[in-house]
Amino acid sequence: MKNIPISAMIGLFFTALYFLAAIFAPLLAPYGVGEVVGDVWEPSRIEIMLGIAPEGFTESDYWLGTDNIGRDLLSRMIYGGRTTIFIATAATVLSFTLGSVLGFFAAVAGGWVDQVLSRFVDLVMSIPTLIFALVVLSVAPVTIPILILVMGLLDATRVYRLARAVAVDIEVMDYVEAARLRGEKMAWVIFREILPNALSPLIAEMGLRFIFAVLFVSTLSFLGLGVQPPEADWGGIVKENKEGIVYGIPAALIPAFAIATLAISVNLVADWVLNRTTSLKGGRG
Amino acid sequence: MSPIVKLLAQRIALSLLLLLLISVVIFAGTIVLPGDVAQSILGQSATPEALANLRAELGVNDPPVQRYFAWLFGAMQGDLGTALTSGQDIADALSNRLWNTLFLAFWAAMVAVPLAIFLGLLAVRFKDRWPDKLISAVTLASISIPEFLIGYVLMYFVAVKLQWAPSVAMINDSMSLLDKLNSIALPVAVLTLVVLAHMMRMTRAAILNVMQSAYIETAELKGLNAFQVIYRHAFPNAVAPIVNVVMLNLAYLVVGVVVIEVVFVYPGMGQYLVDHVSKRDVPVVQACGLIFAAVYIGLNMIADIVAILSNPRLRHPK
Amino acid sequence: MSDTLLKVRDLKIGATIFPPGEKPRDIEIVHGVSFDLAPGKVLGLIGESGAGKSTIGLASMAYGRGGVKITGGEVWVNGRDILKGGHKDIRRLRGAEVTYVSQSAAASFNPAKKIMDQVVEAAVEQKKFSRKDAEARARVLFAKLGLPDPDNIGDRYPHQVSGGQLQRCMTALALCPEPDLVVFDEPTTALDVTTQIDVLMAIKEAIRDTGVAALYITHDLAVVAQVSDDIMVLRMGNTVEYGNVDQIINDPQEEYTKALVSVRSIEHEEKAPTPDPVLSVRNVTARYKGTQFDVLKNVNVDLYPGQTLAVVGESGSGKSTLARVITGLLPPREGEIEFAGRKLSPDLKGRSREDLRELQMIYQMADVAMNPRQTVGTIIGRPLEFYFGMRGAEKKKRIIELLDEIELGEKFIDRYPAELSGGQKQRVCIARSLAAKPKMIICDEVTSALDPLVADGILKLLLDLQKIEDVAYLFITHDLATVRAISDNIAVMYQGQVQRYGGKSKVLSPPFDDYTDLLLSSVPEMRLGWLEEVIANRKMESAGN
Repeated sequence: MKNIPISAMIGLFFTALYFLAAIFAPLLAPYGVGEVVGDVWEPSRIEIMLGIAPEGFTESDYWLGTDNIGRDLLSRMIYGGRTTIFIATAATVLSFTLGSVLGFFAAVAGGWVDQVLSRFVDLVMSIPTLIFALVVLSVAPVTIPILILVMGLLDATRVYRLARAVAVDIEVMDYVEAARLRGEKMAWVIFREILPNALSPLIAEMGLRFIFAVLFVSTLSFLGLGVQPPEADWGGIVKENKEGIVYGIPAALIPAFAIATLAISVNLVADWVLNRTTSLKGGRG
Repeated sequence: MSPIVKLLAQRIALSLLLLLLISVVIFAGTIVLPGDVAQSILGQSATPEALANLRAELGVNDPPVQRYFAWLFGAMQGDLGTALTSGQDIADALSNRLWNTLFLAFWAAMVAVPLAIFLGLLAVRFKDRWPDKLISAVTLASISIPEFLIGYVLMYFVAVKLQWAPSVAMINDSMSLLDKLNSIALPVAVLTLVVLAHMMRMTRAAILNVMQSAYIETAELKGLNAFQVIYRHAFPNAVAPIVNVVMLNLAYLVVGVVVIEVVFVYPGMGQYLVDHVSKRDVPVVQACGLIFAAVYIGLNMIADIVAILSNPRLRHPK
Repeated sequence: MSDTLLKVRDLKIGATIFPPGEKPRDIEIVHGVSFDLAPGKVLGLIGESGAGKSTIGLASMAYGRGGVKITGGEVWVNGRDILKGGHKDIRRLRGAEVTYVSQSAAASFNPAKKIMDQVVEAAVEQKKFSRKDAEARARVLFAKLGLPDPDNIGDRYPHQVSGGQLQRCMTALALCPEPDLVVFDEPTTALDVTTQIDVLMAIKEAIRDTGVAALYITHDLAVVAQVSDDIMVLRMGNTVEYGNVDQIINDPQEEYTKALVSVRSIEHEEKAPTPDPVLSVRNVTARYKGTQFDVLKNVNVDLYPGQTLAVVGESGSGKSTLARVITGLLPPREGEIEFAGRKLSPDLKGRSREDLRELQMIYQMADVAMNPRQTVGTIIGRPLEFYFGMRGAEKKKRIIELLDEIELGEKFIDRYPAELSGGQKQRVCIARSLAAKPKMIICDEVTSALDPLVADGILKLLLDLQKIEDVAYLFITHDLATVRAISDNIAVMYQGQVQRYGGKSKVLSPPFDDYTDLLLSSVPEMRLGWLEEVIANRKMESAGN
């Protein structure tokens, strides 16, 4: 653990913080998710402490103020984070499992299996992800399982490409050939020769896919096509509070901060994992 | 036929085939998925008779293959059908909005492309020094924030707090070009930020790749000055990768437009698409999806064509 | 003009390295080297990889590749210390007074420009010649360097000529501005041996005819002996020995130089064939999937138990394909393979575990032949486990025995491949194949990625092991010195066919067929005047025809 660079430490710390907040949301949130507790867009305690609150406000019960119908924003952010992180995690797990299993399979099997899978993935990837998602969501009911499924399947194409490319690169190594010449079974080749060498780039990619999922579900919710009210999520909070921007009320910007810090943290961790691969000294540590 | 013509023909044919397949996917995607269009239009309280009437009117009862070909041939002749919700002709509604979207994307590209190439060169020139590090830090930050949030952050600070630009981007035909540009200043800024990071990073990588080639060393060892090395030896080989980078990012930009139009209430195709997705107006979604996909594929095709044309091995076969 | 064209004094060169996961740090890679070069003379710089020879060559143009910086000393060219000059002085020097020929001409030519534009560029830019005169001079040089169609070859693009031709174009590029000094940086290393001699001859004649001085950098002492007046032997950034060519080759003083001169001095007595070959390749013809061209045509060879069959040829001769066919990776189109008295299935899938165990393979690149995620113990232990079902203490004991056999020892058991040197890696690969107790091992260019002294150690080890384990080797190589050192039988391959086959002494004695003659006479020999002899012989032959 002593070799972790400072940037990766920061990344790990904040990533853990967000995940813990998501898991223990009901314990941490001061109010309920849909509970109306105050007036519309009350300024936050932070604004008052910094002295940038509108005139006439000298104290506030709410760390982040209230939202467009007077709910506590901190509570909504914590619960919203829970929804966003849950959807993103589930979509990542789905895209990852499906993409890497099929990618490895295509690389090792080769031949027509590889051709069919790869050309299909090419086809799906030639449509922009957002456009594809919008087309699907125009007919499918917008529920959380459908969102996870759509995001997971679309993203699996990216994971497939990477997993296949990594596996194909390792496949042609002499040590894999040596294992084949020794008479090793397919399972040994995949799990003992290929997988240990493919793990680091795949884990780093998992971080990037997770960020992408967070951004994507936020975008969909912002467009009104993701998580539906009264359920909270970060993109939805922006949508609910966007009218306030014109009046100088920064409530809609709070999710921006949350999304950006989470994404950057995960990015820092992913970068570190990826760098560790290239500096690999025999794969220990 | 020379190999280069053959390759180009193949690439163009591939794009057309891809577009055809995508039209199938888009069409099939709206048919096989669960959900009843008539039901969603009329709502839960609709009577069975009303539903049946609407279904007949929509042609939902015809076999899918027949409907697909009717739709495809229509689309090829510029007939995109009528919107379910408003009864408007989609092609009419779209022409103006498509124009607006391209207007926005064009100006975003005009700002972003030169800026990205310039900054990419700067990052190469000061590789591993602070300008390079600053640029990569900004890149990391900007790929970590969704487009719409960059939009609101700019809107909050630039339009509302500083009042330098309008917060919504309304344009219409009676406005002069200058008024229009003023009106789209913020969305252009956001789109620029969105593609800048990617484009800069890819430009940097493309140029570094060329600058590390052995033939650059040869040129330096001929006693040429830095300008001659870049102009005569680096530039001819860097054009193709940079054009490639630009095209790929323009394709990305066209998609980014969708969200930004919603943020700034800009009367373009993206907003039209999003509106009709929530209204479950399938013909509109199909038409917009097809057009966005066509633009995307077209730009990707240009990127590949430039790469083929600039490859000396293909231009001067043995 | 002074007596010394190039005077280097106490040259120190440093570099910044970026070890992954650590802070970048500065290291010194050349530790104070001095030498002189008179006009029209050739100094050979020789050493293994990492000796600093290319770095020194480029320093004579005040150039540092990558993060390399000249940190101390003086470099005088034509009476000026070029390290004290500004950018302008350095630019006037490069391409005018000193020019450069790199190892890989294919990478050093700009793919987007015609050869002629690049050859005359320095001469025109440095105002040595007008464009027209420079082109005329280039055409003369093309002709002198033996390039085909010298009047028009300049109109081609670099990818339109062959590797050997491009290397000669690069020499023309360096000579075109009439420099005082040319730095040749391993100019023939990337070429096949029969191509190398042509380029070498061309370079030697061009140097003689133009009276230019040269720094000739190479790892091959036999090559440098042919072209140099003086030789400097370098090792890890230090001068080992510096003297005239006759003294270095015929009377080396330092141990290291002696070792370099006597490389491949291994004596191996040819063994006579026994009645039953362990491997018989019968009428094998093979081609790769999806191609229309046979890479192997009717190949017949035998390998006898405990002996070595060397398969020798240049790139594209089909020698590596033969290995793939024998291992079952590429089933032949026709013909069959008999191994240890039984017929082998053409396809890998059809072979028994016993077949696989008895036929092992060692690769050229030991780096990629071992899984970087496995320890040496796991790598050597797996065949023991897989073929003999060994476990625990028994397996460990055997691993240690094998480590001792390859002269590494028990302490290596927990190391990862990345922690080993090139030679150590190859030894581990040898141990892995021996663990299977094979009857035969295919060695595919196992020494060609290694420095000469390390390679020598590997060959000695292989010969010793052959005596102990009674294993047969099918030794694939392009290096005739290696062939002489270890083989009992030789098969010379050319364009997919066995050109010449038999016992070592028979194959290597006249009368030769044309190709074998060309191949054998092209291998540089470690004696002075060898190249002149070959040039004279070939000229006589072509005059006779």
